[in-house]
Amino acid sequence: MSTKMQNTIRLTLSYIVIAIACIIILYPVAWIIGSSFNPGDSLSGSSIIPENATLQHYKDLFNTAESDYLLWYWNTLKICIITMILAVAMISCMAYAFSRYRFVGRKNGLMTFLILQMIPNFAALIAIYVLAYITGFLDTHFALILVYAGGLLPMNTWLAKGYFDTIPKELDESARIDGAGHFRIFWQIILPLAKPILAVVALFSFITPFTDFILAQIILRSEEKFTLAVGLYRMISDQFGNEFTTFAAGSVLIAIPISILFLSLQRYFISGLTAGGTKG
Amino acid sequence: MEATGRQTKHRKTALALSLIPGLGQFYNKQIMKGFMFFILTISFAVAFADLINIGLWGIVTLGEQLPRDHSIFLLTQGIIAVLVIAIGLLIYFLNLRDAYVNGKNRDLGIPLNSVREQYRNVSEQGFPYLMLAPGFFLLIFVVIFPILFVILLSFTNYDLYHSPPANLVDWIGIQNYIDIFSMDIWRNTFLDVFSWTIVWTFFATTGQIAIGIFLAVLMNQKDLKFKGIIRTIFILPWAVPAFVSILVFAGMFNETFGAINNDILAAFGIDSIPWLTEPFWTKVALILIQFWLGFPFIFAMVTGVLQSIPNELYEAATVDGASIWQKFRAITLPMILFAIAPILITQYTFNFNNFNVIYLFNGGGPAVSGQTAGSTDILISWIYKLTFTSAQYGKAAAITMLLSVIVIAVALWQFRRTKSFQEEDMM
Repeated sequence: MSTKMQNTIRLTLSYIVIAIACIIILYPVAWIIGSSFNPGDSLSGSSIIPENATLQHYKDLFNTAESDYLLWYWNTLKICIITMILAVAMISCMAYAFSRYRFVGRKNGLMTFLILQMIPNFAALIAIYVLAYITGFLDTHFALILVYAGGLLPMNTWLAKGYFDTIPKELDESARIDGAGHFRIFWQIILPLAKPILAVVALFSFITPFTDFILAQIILRSEEKFTLAVGLYRMISDQFGNEFTTFAAGSVLIAIPISILFLSLQRYFISGLTAGGTKG
Repeated sequence: MEATGRQTKHRKTALALSLIPGLGQFYNKQIMKGFMFFILTISFAVAFADLINIGLWGIVTLGEQLPRDHSIFLLTQGIIAVLVIAIGLLIYFLNLRDAYVNGKNRDLGIPLNSVREQYRNVSEQGFPYLMLAPGFFLLIFVVIFPILFVILLSFTNYDLYHSPPANLVDWIGIQNYIDIFSMDIWRNTFLDVFSWTIVWTFFATTGQIAIGIFLAVLMNQKDLKFKGIIRTIFILPWAVPAFVSILVFAGMFNETFGAINNDILAAFGIDSIPWLTEPFWTKVALILIQFWLGFPFIFAMVTGVLQSIPNELYEAATVDGASIWQKFRAITLPMILFAIAPILITQYTFNFNNFNVIYLFNGGGPAVSGQTAGSTDILISWIYKLTFTSAQYGKAAAITMLLSVIVIAVALWQFRRTKSFQEEDMM
């Protein structure tokens, strides 16, 4: 009888804590969604469920004559996808070389990667800014993509190399006996088997530039080149509160697709981060 | 060895001749290879002579007369010159080694490779380098080069008053570092920012870890219902891009229209709190926001660990009459901490450099009069401000160096404990 009582108390307390946690998590989400439907520009007198809900702010965002929002969305997707392709191509080549070949400089190369991975890539932000400035690459997507791709290389190469190491070497050797060349072994045997880790690397290479603010903020100058992070920030920092409802609509349109993408691929994220954290 | 008994000295002769690249190979009768080394050296010298000449002069002097010299261009060219020289020395070293090795082979009476074999060798051994080349090329330009640049910049007086093209920049040794620790204004700001960075890192990270572990353990009770949906809700703050959440929070904490003051605190009859104008409250808000942003990651990791703890451990403990708390202390917590220790350390270094939350929430403000840093600026956001609002590039670079030393020290300490360093093929 008393254990049953105890169980009921334990469960009730647990549900109360969970309910509080859910409210704290969901309140900002509800608030921003509510704000995005709120008529008018400011939030004075608004409530979570607005009385005269309107889609006006969403329409404003899609009106290309008035707002650069769609352009920012396009810029962001473009930058993320090119970065992803570039990074995955380079990372898989480098990881293959490090995993399968023993060559002069291999150990030093791996050590360099290990050390570079420890330095956050914005530690050199002054240099990136000054260099982009004097080479004329300031305010170009090209510079941003190169910086993103370069920053992704060290950690992800280690990650992919760790996975490549687990693919049996006998496969390469038997293919070599059958007369396959170096590149063919890489392309037709290793890469198909490495798909899971390549998916993880691709995911990281897409999300990292998508969620980055600082590098885009220092490199991009003109409004039509902004990424979403910079654009959204300017939207509220330039005239705080005056456009808050439009900003809210903009946030919702970013948060929903990315959250869905993230939640459906969560498993890969966690496996990648676990491997990265323990293997270095 | 018989061969050494014959006292031939091909290795020394070849090495000595190779001081002029190619000659050693000719001596070893590898005409093709010698020719290639020779041509390579000549073209290298011709192509890069100017660059190296100007680059080395530039990096030493940083320019002598205006308006001809632009110090920062010269510094950049200097770094490129040094990199080019490094590549040149590498080729030169390969040439010496090649001559020596082949000379030694001749001493030992081993036949040398024919041209065809040499070609095969290069294509065999060259493959990994070919695969690495594009990535390394990119790394040199966007990662290594900027790092070298920052290191050098921290020894210059590059700031608003020493800014090309109107002025020259000069080498000033470690004056930037001395200033940061000896000039009152710099020292006070540095100490303020540094101590807040430490406090911020400690409280925000420890809090998010504690909440994550607590909720994961809570959700691991077997008789709980709706686990799937609740777990998804708990992961949600991680799924939303952080910059969006932080900007939304900046709106919620806003003193005039934000929901925290107007709706929540008002509902409890509490007066408005100056979240964005009072340093103490801004700090509280930042730490609370980071809890919200950071706990789901720990929650997800710990949930994975908990599912792998064998049930027998708990059953045995129950038989021994252990309470829930004792089981947590003796079984669950040690298992969790052991499994995710490396991830926890990266969480601390992440928050140490968590620019986004500081900058996007309140721009490091509220401002402090007479300081270049706001009252909630951490080192990385202070560096950003020094660079982009007060153009103190030299000082910013010096602070970047200090920050990097701390981060790298922590990371090295962590990595020494992980497998990477102990793998046999690593060493």
